[in-house]
Amino acid sequence: MKEILSKYGLNTLTKKILLDLYRSMLRIRMFEEKIVELYPEQEMKCPVHLCIGQEAIAAGVCAHLFKNDYVFSNHRGHGHCLAKGAAMAPLMAEFYGKETGCSSGKGGSMHIIDAANGILGTSAIVGGGIPMGVGAALASSMRDEERVTVVFFGDGAFDEGAFYESFNFASLKKLPVVFVCENNFYATNSHQSARQSGCRISESAASFDSRGHCVDGNDVLAVYKAAQEAVGLGRKGGGPSLIEAKTYRWKGHVGPEEDWTKGCRPKEELDYWKEQCPIKRFSNLLLEKGALTTEEMEQAKSAINAELTEAVEFAKASPYPHASRLLEDVYHKAGK
Amino acid sequence: MPWTKIYGSRTEFEKALKDTPGLRGITYKEAIREATAQLLASDKSVFVIGEGVDDSGGVFGTTKGLQEEFGKERVMDSPLAENGVTGVCVGAAAAGMKPILVHMRVDFLPISLDQIVNHAAKWNYMFGGTVNVPLVIRSIIGRGWGSAAQHSQSLQAMFMNIPGLRVIMPATPYDAKGLLIAASRDGNPVIMIEHRWLYDHVGHVPEEMYEVPLGKASVRRSGKDVTIVAVSHMAHEAMQAAEALAAEGIDAEVIDLRTLKPMDSSTVIESVKKTGRLIVADTGWKECAVGAEVIAKVAEAGVSLKAPFMRVNLPEAPTPASPALEKAYYPGKDDIIEAARKTAGHGERKA
Repeated sequence: MKEILSKYGLNTLTKKILLDLYRSMLRIRMFEEKIVELYPEQEMKCPVHLCIGQEAIAAGVCAHLFKNDYVFSNHRGHGHCLAKGAAMAPLMAEFYGKETGCSSGKGGSMHIIDAANGILGTSAIVGGGIPMGVGAALASSMRDEERVTVVFFGDGAFDEGAFYESFNFASLKKLPVVFVCENNFYATNSHQSARQSGCRISESAASFDSRGHCVDGNDVLAVYKAAQEAVGLGRKGGGPSLIEAKTYRWKGHVGPEEDWTKGCRPKEELDYWKEQCPIKRFSNLLLEKGALTTEEMEQAKSAINAELTEAVEFAKASPYPHASRLLEDVYHKAGK
Repeated sequence: MPWTKIYGSRTEFEKALKDTPGLRGITYKEAIREATAQLLASDKSVFVIGEGVDDSGGVFGTTKGLQEEFGKERVMDSPLAENGVTGVCVGAAAAGMKPILVHMRVDFLPISLDQIVNHAAKWNYMFGGTVNVPLVIRSIIGRGWGSAAQHSQSLQAMFMNIPGLRVIMPATPYDAKGLLIAASRDGNPVIMIEHRWLYDHVGHVPEEMYEVPLGKASVRRSGKDVTIVAVSHMAHEAMQAAEALAAEGIDAEVIDLRTLKPMDSSTVIESVKKTGRLIVADTGWKECAVGAEVIAKVAEAGVSLKAPFMRVNLPEAPTPASPALEKAYYPGKDDIIEAARKTAGHGERKA
């Protein structure tokens, strides 16, 4: 394993971190697969945007973050929040529209929050969370805090003006921001090549005097390495970076189904990317090199299963918010 | 209260000052600057950002010298990226700061609507009250000197339509200071719309920090024949109209709304119950706007009327540049007087 790790420049990576990366990806995958399993019951009455196939990015980036670092994310945000440390139960309850949900049933799957873990809310307007993330970084920088802010967005958000305005601002003020573009090549069903002339997202960083890295987003070690540099740079006052992580979303834009059946994308493309499954690639490597044992992996899996079972039970058993709460929280009340 | 009074001119104010020594008079722009300086001095989480807030003019004097006093980190110029910078402020507010964002013209607000409408206004609700957005967005109506269609709009009504926002339009120096301080401490996104013609108005303004509560109208003049509800610059036009009307024997009550959202409808309703006549004078367009909302609230309250409601608004066109067309475009005290005469012609007036 040491040889492999040194190829990535990750010679000092411990077994604990390898296990954590594996566990983090698996936790996201199992959470999302549980949604796929339960969605047909039609009890989860909100749109779900699944990130199956993209887990290595959330896991590899968030492995470098402390609890008080900020993460901003988008409509496809379950994985980011889980990797940042969010518990499953309040997320699941939110998807079920329950009052115990992380947003008290007001947000649904697109609007999740875990302020204690630095997640100040996810925006479902493409690109909308990017300037907010930069603003949070401005706040921490003004307060001389050592926080880093990570902003996750897709290749669709690279089409939006908000990205350029925000990157410029972050660079101008040398803010501790890591922009992470999960390039899964599709905005809903529109291919990147139909929307962007260059298709070289990471290179745009140069225009803002910042560093851009393009990595294989299905290789958790490559993501981990890129994020290590970017987060480290932000933490020591070096300003923002951009990581473009190329990946693929296995499910349709929204919902639990694959979308090749509807003619959205070719099945062969999906088959190719399933072969590139980030979890399979990493676990094969770990087993092959003897870095982890099957037992250790099974242990991780059963622990996640236990959390998941409990989260689903909690979500299903929780009450719906009372109708009297409809008009609560439109405005913040002083002292709350 | 001397500061609730609207003075028609500086001379009138200076005369009042002689009669009431010890009260301090400053202009509307000085009042905004003073409020901002006091907010910056008293609360570390407050910062000011906007295009040109640090330039020599200091946004018509409202931010003049603040950067020298509080430093570049807390009073900062910004890129010309209205939506992005608004989003930066929304994010900073969500992370615990209290930004005061200055958009030099109301016309720049539509560029930042995504962040105002989809983000700032929604954040507290969408996450069950977990994270609030204490953000003040100051913006200015530019009027006259050929400002034309893209530098003179009064878009307050757009924001009145959005739950989660508050909208204020102070008409006096006292209110400009007190409402800005209250807005910064409110904990919610507040759109503050100023009118360029108000900047040199003088009024009594206490030196210490104070709040004018959001959501409270001010009765500027008591009267029994007709209620004139006005906002911003039109409150001054309404006061002048009321003086002229008094000479004709029409006793007008002038209500300055001050806050458009939440609207103090009870003050208006009580007044119309007394007068039975209502005119609403706004700086903006007519349809689905301030007047429409005030009238709807009075109608819903079932107040019996002596005359049909009337509205004084901009005509249904963008702002023209030529002085000849501008003159025809903007309504003022004469239009209010005309409306009052029409309503007074209906029904019995009180003796």
